[in-house]
Amino acid sequence: MMRKPPRIELHTAPHAVDGQGVAVIMRNVVYSLLPLLAYVVWLFGLSALMLILVVLLSTLATERFFNWMGKQGSTLDDWSAVITGLLLALTLPPGFPLWMGAVAAIISIALGKVLFGGLGYNLLNPALVGRAFVQAAFPVAITTWTPPFIATRFAEFIPSTLTPPFMQPLDSGPWLTASGMDAISSATPLGLHKFESVSTPLESLFMGTTAGSAGETSALLILLCGAYLALRKMLNWRIPMYVFIGVIVTSALLHWLDDTNPDPLFMLFSGGLMLGAVFMATDMVGSPITPRGVMIYGLLIGFLTVIIRVYGSLSEGVMYAILLGNAATPLIEMATQPRAFGERKAAAKGKTDD
Amino acid sequence: MQWLQRFHFKGGIHPHYHKDRTSDLSIRRLPFPPRLILPLDQHIGAPALPLVRPGQEVLRGEKIAEANGFVSAPIHAPATGRVTSIELKPTARGSLTRSIVIEVSKGDPQEVRVGSPHDIDSMDHDELVRAIQDSGLAGLGGAAFPSHVKLKKDDTRPADLLLVNGCECEPYLTTDHRVMLEQPEDLIQGIKYALKATGTRRAIIGIEDNKLDAVETIRAHLHHEKFIEVRTVETRYPQGAEKLLVKSLLGKEVPEGGLPIDVGVIIHNVGTLAQMGKLLPAGEGLIERIVTITGTGVEKPGNYKIPLGTPIGFVLDTLRIDTTRESIILGGPMMGPAMGSLEAPVTKGTSGILVFHERDFIDREHVKVYPCIKCGRCVDACPMRLNPAQLGWLAAKREYPVMAEKHHLNNCFECGCCSYICPSHIPLVQYFRIAKAVNREQAEKQRKLEAEAESEQ
Repeated sequence: MMRKPPRIELHTAPHAVDGQGVAVIMRNVVYSLLPLLAYVVWLFGLSALMLILVVLLSTLATERFFNWMGKQGSTLDDWSAVITGLLLALTLPPGFPLWMGAVAAIISIALGKVLFGGLGYNLLNPALVGRAFVQAAFPVAITTWTPPFIATRFAEFIPSTLTPPFMQPLDSGPWLTASGMDAISSATPLGLHKFESVSTPLESLFMGTTAGSAGETSALLILLCGAYLALRKMLNWRIPMYVFIGVIVTSALLHWLDDTNPDPLFMLFSGGLMLGAVFMATDMVGSPITPRGVMIYGLLIGFLTVIIRVYGSLSEGVMYAILLGNAATPLIEMATQPRAFGERKAAAKGKTDD
Repeated sequence: MQWLQRFHFKGGIHPHYHKDRTSDLSIRRLPFPPRLILPLDQHIGAPALPLVRPGQEVLRGEKIAEANGFVSAPIHAPATGRVTSIELKPTARGSLTRSIVIEVSKGDPQEVRVGSPHDIDSMDHDELVRAIQDSGLAGLGGAAFPSHVKLKKDDTRPADLLLVNGCECEPYLTTDHRVMLEQPEDLIQGIKYALKATGTRRAIIGIEDNKLDAVETIRAHLHHEKFIEVRTVETRYPQGAEKLLVKSLLGKEVPEGGLPIDVGVIIHNVGTLAQMGKLLPAGEGLIERIVTITGTGVEKPGNYKIPLGTPIGFVLDTLRIDTTRESIILGGPMMGPAMGSLEAPVTKGTSGILVFHERDFIDREHVKVYPCIKCGRCVDACPMRLNPAQLGWLAAKREYPVMAEKHHLNNCFECGCCSYICPSHIPLVQYFRIAKAVNREQAEKQRKLEAEAESEQ
């Protein structure tokens, strides 16, 4: 009966795995961002394209540099640095000076990710760490918006884009006037509402044909891209849902108390809320893993966004709301551990009995 | 209509089942091997005590080892032949175990010639439980817990329901499915005996909804048995875990560290009860079992009736498996151990033998493990509602006692859902297995130290 004994492989159970690995999930997040990026380039032209490329390459180069410093293999193959780069680019104004974009990218990876130990260990969303840094460092550039659909957007750069390194941004005003745009068209809907008491029609918010950060624009497109990820089970749709609930409830209350405050629908579809709720608050690393934790986290972000927008000195509040939500995550998780199957309540309380 | 209602628990996974390769194949018999190896501890509990000596002739069905205490089961000779030795032999569990080796007589008709038919109607509880123990039955679903122990009537913890587990939630395995299709009368008979032994009035058979033909077959064979009900449950791994089946069918949660009997339920596997229905009236012992043999490395997959003690190498030779590098798994792919020795035999707990080609198994050494990205999928998948991610971080720091004391480690029954689903390929359940083993060792050490301290005083 004897045959040549085969080489038997020993492994421990389970002997089957689900095919969806980290790199697959991250790659799909990148895919889902592509339509959004294309739309942004169509709205804002060459400058937006250039900004996306510079920021993306800077994040990748920074991550690779730290890989080399730490004498580890490249971690670019997990695609997480690509996501950071693309998301960061989407939070910046389209005419943002390129060198400032590179600074934001370097800070994102260096201080937001590598410092904590790389993928999985970062406390805060890296893209938002970079965004928060440039918000503080370059307050003028980050609040200088350009309106979409400038006629010459595919032929020439917005002047501020090409600001030489370490210089203050060039004034795009004359160029804008020459293109037939007035000053008011280059304020964001949130800024208009807060500082000028001008409301923007809901449909332009929904379609994204307003001034703003690259990715602050089309709520509809962001929701569609997010839906793709949610259907592939690569995004926890509960997080944006709870953020929206938090925003609606808080802003409805404030609007009811004082009707000069924006109404819930405007709050929902303006500014970076959609992008933040769908693509940044859902960052797996920074959000809680417990089901009840997700609820608290989402509601907290929604609540903070509205509070900052209404009472803060900035017109936008999503970024800080998400960063605070990230920071609160470990505590939220600790407080919301799942109740184990068949857990005995009495045993937990009365351990002295036995 | 309960027929339409889908019962379920929270968590779990939906792996590829791969059952269609063998689910339509009738049970066939495999020839006797030249030599049988019968470990004395095929069941959970005290190993059996041999009744035979090397050189002794044994008849098929003859008792060759007797139960050593209540939580133990006897062993019967699966073939007529001669005992050649009682020695240490490799087993599926990995360790060497005292085993009775029988050389099978060639040319013998191999009929079962031993047995003392029982008149079950005239038996009382205790006699029935003793008869079940005498048959050597142990949980055929894989756990191999001596069946009579669970059927012993306990007045302090009365049972009001018998659950019959026909889920077979592990991928690839189809033995329970075939038994339900081919031996429904035996199964119903076995259920009646189990009800009688425990003094329970009602039984529910839980079957996953990917085996509707089995549901139909059993329903067609239930004529006057109003006390037996068939219910479908959702196809979802690990539906067949007893605590989860109780939860799915009755909505009750077995308390942590407890047994189904704590909520008044006794659970038996369909294969076990079908064997009971067949063996008890004839007074015979358990000498063979049905095993699904499949996987990409098997040329002739199927459901085979195999004498206990048949070496796995013999089975694989018979079914022509010819690879140079393969992975052999005993049981299902989610919980079954990989085999290291082809000499290890089929035992009472062997529900399947899976053989995979090199290209089809996961080579853990070459799978890249990423850091935990806190996606929370393990938390969603854990049917015991643990936090595997948190446990994984603790395990990496070797905080084993903390895992058990604060994070319910001992609630984990190692179904493997967390490792299956983890996108970072972190071997979570493998960590937990180590953690539990280390904790057990520590507890054992502690007990010994305390005992020594006491004896010195």
